[in-house]
This record gives sequence, structure tokens and C-alpha cells, in this order.
Amino acid sequence: MGIERGVTDPGLVLAEEPAVPPPAARVSGAPLRPLLTTLLPIVAALLVSGAILYSVGVDPLAYYAVVVRRALLSPHGLEETITRMAPLLLLGASLIVSFRAGLWNLGVDGQFLLGAVAAAALGPALITVAPDWLTLLACMAAGMLAAALWSLLPGLLRAYEGVNEIITTLMMNFLGVSLCNVLVKLVFIDPTTTTPITRTLPVPDRLPRLFGTTVNIGVIIALAVLIGAHLVMTRTAWGLRLRVLGANPRAARHAGFRVERLIVATIAISAALAGLAGAVIVTGTLGSVRAEWNPAYGLTIIPLVFLARMNGWAVIGFVFLFAMLSIGAEAASITLGVPHYYNFLLVGLLLIFLALVEYLDTRRRQHVG
Amino acid sequence: MSLAAAAPTDRGHDGATGGVPLVAFRAVTKRFPGVVANDHVSFVLHPGEVHVLLGENGAGKSTLIGMLAGMQTPDDGVIEVAGEAKQIASPRHSLDLGIGTVFQHGMLVPGLSVAENLLLGGAWWRRPRRAALRSRFRETCAAFGIAIDPDVPAGSLSLGEQQQVEIIRALWRGGRVVVLDEPTSMLTPQGIEELGGLMRRMAAQGIGVVFITHKLHEALEYGDRITVLRLGRVVGEIPPEALRQLSRAAATERVIGMMFGHAALHEATASRPTRSLDGTPVLQVQGIATGPGAPRPALHDISFAVRAGEIFGIAGIDGNGQKQLAEVLAGQLPGSGSVLLDGRSLAGLDVGARHRAGLRYVTDDRLGEGTVGSFPVSINLLLKQVGRPPYWRGGLAQGGAITAQAKRLVRAFDVRTPSIETPVGRLSGGNIQKVVLARELEGGARAVIYNKPTYGLDVRNIEAARARIRAAAAQGVATILISTELDEVLEMADRIGVMVGGRMVGIVPAGAEARGAVGRLMTGSPHGH
Repeated sequence: MGIERGVTDPGLVLAEEPAVPPPAARVSGAPLRPLLTTLLPIVAALLVSGAILYSVGVDPLAYYAVVVRRALLSPHGLEETITRMAPLLLLGASLIVSFRAGLWNLGVDGQFLLGAVAAAALGPALITVAPDWLTLLACMAAGMLAAALWSLLPGLLRAYEGVNEIITTLMMNFLGVSLCNVLVKLVFIDPTTTTPITRTLPVPDRLPRLFGTTVNIGVIIALAVLIGAHLVMTRTAWGLRLRVLGANPRAARHAGFRVERLIVATIAISAALAGLAGAVIVTGTLGSVRAEWNPAYGLTIIPLVFLARMNGWAVIGFVFLFAMLSIGAEAASITLGVPHYYNFLLVGLLLIFLALVEYLDTRRRQHVG
Repeated sequence: MSLAAAAPTDRGHDGATGGVPLVAFRAVTKRFPGVVANDHVSFVLHPGEVHVLLGENGAGKSTLIGMLAGMQTPDDGVIEVAGEAKQIASPRHSLDLGIGTVFQHGMLVPGLSVAENLLLGGAWWRRPRRAALRSRFRETCAAFGIAIDPDVPAGSLSLGEQQQVEIIRALWRGGRVVVLDEPTSMLTPQGIEELGGLMRRMAAQGIGVVFITHKLHEALEYGDRITVLRLGRVVGEIPPEALRQLSRAAATERVIGMMFGHAALHEATASRPTRSLDGTPVLQVQGIATGPGAPRPALHDISFAVRAGEIFGIAGIDGNGQKQLAEVLAGQLPGSGSVLLDGRSLAGLDVGARHRAGLRYVTDDRLGEGTVGSFPVSINLLLKQVGRPPYWRGGLAQGGAITAQAKRLVRAFDVRTPSIETPVGRLSGGNIQKVVLARELEGGARAVIYNKPTYGLDVRNIEAARARIRAAAAQGVATILISTELDEVLEMADRIGVMVGGRMVGIVPAGAEARGAVGRLMTGSPHGH
């Protein structure tokens, strides 16, 4: 409190002394500082994780080498890494929209699964009567719609009754995951198989692939949507209203924004993007949804969105890093015996160091100032 | 600036009181990005003295306290505690040095009892000794003439009582210095008197009290020594022996002179010329009421009309429905009844549409709802036109138009800001109010509702805001001035409506009789009209 006031109060001094030069720290460190505060935690996390690997008898350099070789340097691995990015990028876009508006949509996994199930239910049926492009578009629309409808209840409750969306979206998350199981097992089950799984979209009818690789255009869609979401948030009136809502909800009401509608729309759009992620993974790589399938990408991406400080460009970088780590970690678990979920430890370390560096940076700035 | 030159800034001796001062600032400087908050500030606190720090907003009082409380460290200069130079590194260190700080906003946990709140600072490994605490609490209370039950929840105490508990807590660990940061701002007149008594009793027991305020009469009433801060510098000090010799009026004049320069004294009393106002009303309000869901008190059947150029004052004790009325008119709170602007009904129009139609609302909550503190000045200037051309076209922000308009408004309304990209929350209260005024008065204002427009501002900014309101009215804006300061309403308004319990209990014309009439209406006397 006191620090803020200290900065706020001396406005009058400024008024009398217009010649006060801008603080040196901000001038000299301007281009370098964000790079440094992002890179430093990464380096620190790699070092500490290396020490942990070393302490359990694994050569850290060998581990990192396997990860990089498998996920980045081998053509097939790189394709896998890029393919893995698509749903993560879309979920990142989903979270950026809602987090920037100060709305914590934590139900993205349920919304993602509903989108996937909707696409898996519609796709194989529609493909028999409609052309590929129409089927694929319809699948994505269905995925977005299903997820958006699912989010209406928490959205309306938040907008009109003030019920905390963190709790309702989390509850709807569990319900959504269960509902997807029920839908796969009871409604959309493929009668020709014994395992509970939806009917499958034939491989040739899925999202087109890029330049003869195994990478499908899902990642292009995802990049476009993420960058689009970023631009909407930063350049448009609608995005500004959302950010005002996030920064000061009372100011949003005072300025005459239709806060209730804004809240419902934001949560619905966030959910629709999560649903799109599910539809893209089904129409792009999986072709069907198995019961009990839940990769929990949503919970994985939340820390990454925070690491990226809700900036779309930074999300792309972190998602690439994470996709690379998880693809590489799967390979390392086979060759080195390190559990494949070791990459979560790395993400965790990254978060801790990011918070630390941020804290030190703020302190330094105050002292320099 | 002749005053500043004559003022003692770094004094070699510490006045006639003698002895080692409890705390001394020696040429302390503290800079923040772009500003010097404290510039070679020197002041001395002696045992048994109430030392008043006076200054307008932005004078550097809060920074000074921040350094005393260990929240900030000086860039230059020395802070001495009991004669020794100390680096006060943290709030805990400050307490360990015997300096207790009571901040403007309460720091007690409302759900815990008074005793439990006092136990909070203790070492975690020790069992709290409640019985011993109670008896010591009673002793301390008795010593300072306070009557508070240690077992009631802190939240159930009045603001004044909570403050007393915080003062006891500040002294709890044997502190000899109490710093009170604008302690009177939340208190009733009676509470202020009690606090004054408490300060005097503390001083009598040899405790040094730093009393921060911007109210002059409090400074003169309870202070032994007065130091005036202005623009981060000490511009003057009145030591106890001098203060005792001065008459109240002479002391007042001297302090005001230090605070604002002598010119401020006389421009404040100029009263508006009486003008003939005729013509049709611009704003007609008929039968406004609010439903059961609205904040208390509900509004009942409020009707009045305001002509072009007229200032219609609304007086009343705070919380009698003034804010609800303003919000209903602005479209922010649903209500029944009719509002006509230039004869056109505003029924069904939302905040944005009313703003565009020319009905503007200057809220009393500048930071809470009037602005988004972390957003740049430029966006805050256009907050009520988001999405509108020429600043947004097809939903896309037009950076050039936004920048040009922001620069124009900053210049026209004399907003003192490093740049239009500066987060508005970094500006001083007076400049934030200028941003809000610029937004509401800009572009086709027909009727403007000002809710407590000078609340929390210093004298210079109060005058600037009032001048702005008068100028807008002179250009034909129908003006509604809501204020809890009767003098402000009497000075500025052509007619005065009085609100009590959500009703407009009467409307009186300005003039010699107005003060009495308004007073009778406010206290519910039947002879109001």
C-alpha cells in the first residue's frame, strides 16, 4: 500500500519539474529486460532439474540430448511436436480470452472433451453424405457449439447471480468429463467394436496434411486463432472492454458496458475455443474418441499461460517448448528410464523460478527508482 | 518561492526542547521513477511532543511515513533513532526500534477479538498468554484513558475504537513513537475529539506522536510543533514556543501561507455573481424512485428541474440517497420515474446512450469506478466512448485518433502527467479528477451530475475543479452539484435541494437565508420551506 501511494502522491512535484529525466533503469534495460526475465527462469529450471536428474543417477546432459534429438532434430519427432501444439495453442487462446477479462474458466478440459465428442459423433455420420470440407467445418462448429452451450450455465450464474465461476466451471468440468464418457458409451458408441469408442472418421477424410508430412493444418488453424485472439484482445473495442472488465469490473459498469452480456459471451467464447481444440484433435489426428480418454491438456496449459503473462506470442513459444519437452520426455522414458511425466517437474520448476525472477525484478526496480 | 528559501531545511540544532530526539530525519531524499517524493527532508521528533506533518496531496507525507515504517528506504540522508543512525530495513525492524505506525486504513482482523489481534505479532513458537495480556491491556487502557473490552471482536468496534486498539498495538512492545497517518479522515467529529485527547495523554507520558493530517484546525488544536511539507520539501516549521505565542488566526494564516503561498488565501472566498436564469429547463426529473433491490436508502418520489447554466446543489449528510440518485440519472442503477433531457425522454437508455445524449456523471469514486488505475491516461479519457467513431472504427482501435484526442484533453484540462501512456493510477488525486472531468465535460455535455467533485483534493485542486464546474455552467451546462460540504453547495449553487433518507425534503434558493433553511431541512425541522 505504502509503496503505491509513494508513487502516486508526488504528482505535483512532477508538475513543477517537467525536466525530470525518465528513470535510467527503464531506458537502458528496456529491450533486454523482458528477454532476461523470461530466459533466466528457463536456464535456472534446466540447471536445477539437471541437478535432480544427476542426484537420481541420470546424466542430465544425456537426458536433454535425448529430448532435443527426439523432439526437435528427428523429422518424425519434430512433426509430432508440432502436431501436439495444435490443441495446446487453442486452449491457450481460450484461457487468454477469459483470464484477461478476469474470468477464471477452469472448465476447459470438460469443454475440450465435449468438443471432441461432438466432432467424433458428427464427423463419421456426416462424411457419408457431405463433402470433406463441409464435414470438417461442421465438426469444428459442432465442437465449439457444444462447449459454448456447456459453459452457459456457469456464465449466466456468474453474470446474473454473482456465483464464483472458478467453482462452477470446475464443477462443470467434472460433470462434462463424465457426460462425455456417458455419451461415448451409451449414445455414440460404435456398434461394430467391443471397446467403448465412437465411430471413426476415416484417415483420408481428416484435416489435410502439410507438405507430405504427418502434420495436419490443425496447427495452422490454432496459430491463426491464437494470434487472432491476441489481436482482438489488444486492438479492438471488444477486447478493451474485456480488459477493463478484468482490471476493474466496477469501472466497466460505470462506463456503461453491458457487463452481464460481456461475462456470458466471454465464458462462452473461451469455452468454444476449448471445444475447437477438441474438434481439431479429433478431425486432425485421432478420428474418434475413446471412453475414459482425458489428456487434461487444459490443466497443463494454465501454468504456461501464466508463464506467458497472458501474451499470445509468448504462449506460442511456451507451448512449443512444452510440446517438445513432452514428446522428448516420452522418448527419454524408454531410453533412460526417467518417468515420462518428468516434464511436469520441469514446468513446475519453471513456474517457481519465473515467480522468483519477477519478484526480484520488481524489488530491483523499486530500489533503482 | 520566497517562503521555501526562508524555511529551515537542515537545522544544526533541534530547537529549544533539548535532549536527544526520538527520531530525526537528516536531509533525507527519496526518489521514485520520474519524481522526487522527498527532497532533503529534515524533521525532528522529541519525547512528549505531538509533531504535526501538514501538507496537501502529493506533498510527500506518505513517503515519509513509509520510510519511518520500514516499507521504503531513503536514497540519501540519514534517519536517526534515539540519536543513532539506523537503516530501517523492514516494518518489523521499525517496530523493534520502538516505532509503531497506525495506517489510514484499519489493519485489524475483524473476526478476531481485540486480544487475539494483539497476540498476532508474537513469536509463533510461544503459547499466547491470554490472561497476562488481558491485565496488561487493561493497564494500558487505564493509562491512556481508553475503555475497550479486549474480548469483543475487533469488527464490532467503531472506527474510532479500532483506531485506539491500533494505537495500543503500536505501543504494545514498549514503543516510544507513534505515527498516525491521517487518523482523522474516517472519524466523526466526536471521534476526532477523543483521538485528540488520546494524543495529548500520550504526549504527557513522554511518547512522541507524529500526526499526519491535511486539516489545519486539527493541526493547531492538537499539535505542539508543525512541519509543513510541499512538493516533497519541508517549506516551514513552527516550533512549540512560537506556536504557543501565535493567536489561532495568525497561526492559520502562517500555515496556509506555507502550504499554498499567500495568494491562495484570498481567491478562495470569491463568490459567484448572481445571474438571471430563465428559459426552459434542460434536465427535468419527475418522480424518481428505486425498487427494493437497490442500495439503501431507497429513493422516493424525487422531482426537480435544472435550467441551462444553472447550478443545482444537492446537500445532505452522506448516505442519504445522493449516490443512488446520481446513478439512477446516469443510467447506472435501475429506477422508476421520468428523466427528460432537452424535453426528450431518456427512458430505456443505458449509460452509454445517456452519455452520448449529453447527460454526464462525474462519480465520487474516482479510482474505484471512475478510472481503471492500471490503464493509460489516454484510454481512461475515452472510457465511455469505447467502440465509438472516430476512436474505434469497425471495432478496431484507431491509435492516431485516440492519441490526438488524449493529447488535446490533457492540454485543455491541464492534466499533469508524464505522458498519455502513463497508468492513470500513478497520478495524484487532483490529476485523476482532471482526467474524469475532461472525459465527462468533453463533447456536447448538456447536463452534468457532479458527485462530491472536490472530495479528497487539496485546496489548489479544489479551486481548479470548482472553476471548471463554474466555467462549464457558464457555457450553458445544466449542473447538479452533490456535496456533503455545505459550504461548497452554498458557495456555488443557485438553488439547493436537501436530501434526507432518500427523499428530497425541500428546495431553497441561494442567498443569505439559505444556510439556515438548509440546516433546518437537514435536521428535519418542519419549518424548512
